[in-house]
Amino acid sequence: MTKVLMEGSHAIAEAAIQAGCRFYAGYPITPSTEILEYMSHRLPQVGGVCMNAESELEAINMVWGAAGCGVRAMIASTGQGISLMQESFAELANAEIPCVIVNMMRGQGDYFQATRGGGHGDYRHLVLAPHTVQEAVDLVMLAFHVADRWRNPALVLGDFVLGHTSEAVEFRPRDESDLPPKTWAATGKGSRASLNVTPLGSPEKLDLKPGDHYQAIAAKLPRIAAAETRAETGLLDDAEVAVVAFGSPARFVKYAVHACRAQGMKVGWVRPISLWPFPAEAVAAAAGRVRALAVFEQNAGQMIDDVRLAVLGKVPVVPIGGISHDPSGFGVGPALAPANIIAKIAEVYRGKAAA
Amino acid sequence: MSTPELKKVSAKPDLLLSTHHSLCPGCGEPLALRVILELLAELGVAERTICVCGIGCYTAFPGIIDVDVLQALHGRAPSVATGAKRVLPDRFVFTLQGDGDMVSEGLQEIIHSAARGEKFTAVLLNNGVFGETGGHMTSTSVLGQRTKTTMDTGRVAEKHGYPIKIADLIAQVDGSTYVARGAMHTPAAIAWTKRILGEAFRVQLEGEGFSFVEVLTMCPTDWYVEPSETPDWIERNFTGTYPLKILKHP
Ligand SMILES: Cc1ncc(C[n+]2csc(CCOP(=O)(O)OP(=O)(O)O)c2C)c(N)n1
Ligand code: SF4
Repeated sequence: MTKVLMEGSHAIAEAAIQAGCRFYAGYPITPSTEILEYMSHRLPQVGGVCMNAESELEAINMVWGAAGCGVRAMIASTGQGISLMQESFAELANAEIPCVIVNMMRGQGDYFQATRGGGHGDYRHLVLAPHTVQEAVDLVMLAFHVADRWRNPALVLGDFVLGHTSEAVEFRPRDESDLPPKTWAATGKGSRASLNVTPLGSPEKLDLKPGDHYQAIAAKLPRIAAAETRAETGLLDDAEVAVVAFGSPARFVKYAVHACRAQGMKVGWVRPISLWPFPAEAVAAAAGRVRALAVFEQNAGQMIDDVRLAVLGKVPVVPIGGISHDPSGFGVGPALAPANIIAKIAEVYRGKAAA
Repeated sequence: MSTPELKKVSAKPDLLLSTHHSLCPGCGEPLALRVILELLAELGVAERTICVCGIGCYTAFPGIIDVDVLQALHGRAPSVATGAKRVLPDRFVFTLQGDGDMVSEGLQEIIHSAARGEKFTAVLLNNGVFGETGGHMTSTSVLGQRTKTTMDTGRVAEKHGYPIKIADLIAQVDGSTYVARGAMHTPAAIAWTKRILGEAFRVQLEGEGFSFVEVLTMCPTDWYVEPSETPDWIERNFTGTYPLKILKHP
């Protein structure tokens, strides 16, 4: 396979198309707009449909309609737009309609929104957080796969840096032969029995049992968690401090960790790839080896809650990130500079940072 | 003396799986459903129909109608139908919404769907109240109408604003092709509504564009009116604001 140089946003859109996405709906908002732009030209070339919707509410519900008919469908936005879609996310999960949601964050302030959601009821989406453009391509394809496998929305959590980074990538479509046909989709009954696709469940007519349905949805979540937890770790064997980070900033953290090693500090990293399900075991295993965990994230402290839950007080968990304001307003400011991250890791390493 | 021959004028529509539903006696919505199901059978489109149902009392219908159903959230049926019809353009897609659903919560979506000329048929069941939540004022409650939230005075323009004539609005939008209004309160009105719904459905089947039918339906429970008096209530209170007519045709 040949590699092509692509900007992150375009690579994400192309990956979706190569994963079989044939419907996209979006509403412009920086830094997700490039995905809409790319889709508007490229989707019709493969017989797909791209809608420049009139609002985020319309966009996600158009995706609902297409995905409810069994077509692979995607939407992208950033925090504000994603906030508007929360009612639909909650009910898409209940209706067991698979689709892919991309949030190109401004900074990393949408961790809570992505992993807890602002919608109602007992639902979750799978959340995958790539840290390179190649990984974004791979995880978008994986997102379509796991969304279909579990009949649940899957969210790819990218950010401003990822969207605007150009890298050489290759598209490696997945083997999807393990996925069952979408016999549940509303396509017109034809010669089969008619069916419902509703958030109250049960495709069978005359037989809606919402209580049973909600139980079944809730019972699905631990099974998803057991099967779909993903993390990457590095340099932990002799590490005394491990840094936990996700998404693009994790790439800066990896660089900083290597720089710390060069200065003689025994430091490693844990990078959650799935944010829900959160890789608590990988984090706990890392904690078992080190005297402190440092958490770098570009927000006021969100993932750190999950890290602390994973560690249960066994070692100090020290925040070394923070909101990072720069004049562009998108949170890609000075906190991300490697020198800053190296200095913060060094403080924890020398035992100076407070837990 | 010979017995006059009995002629059966109505029977359970073939596409109705069960006559059990949770709607109130005297409600106009099951009547509208009946007309729709009869038409789907007569036009021979049931096998390729996708009904997109909104949220209101009529949410009881998906389980008992023998066509595929996508359940949409309150206000969102036109967007869901857009997604469905765009990916499956050869299917017959229609939406079912109440006035609270379509005109209050989802006004933007129905207008934009009309403006885009989406090739599905939108059906509004307009009873001038939020039926399912218990009888509150909606955007279509008429002036003077007593609802749970306009109890003492009825709807007063200075306080509650004016009702929105959604069919008139949609007829103004360039992307709409067929717009008409019917009602369920008399046999003649039902026959008229069946005619305009049939025309709206044919507009879709012939790929001519966006078709829209508003159907005035009775809500004896939330109007605080005896079921037997609701036809008269529609005549006196609704048809002045919402005259039964074709507002736009190809
Ligand atoms: C976003 C949202 N807001 C409010 C509701 C509550 N709700 C359920 S049914 C309903 C009223 C429906 O009224 P209408 O569309 O006129 O239909 P009817 O019940 O009269 O048939 C409302 C407000 C909801 N389901 N979703
Ligand atoms: S409340 Fe009104 S609209 Fe709802 S079922 Fe009863 S009569 Fe019909």
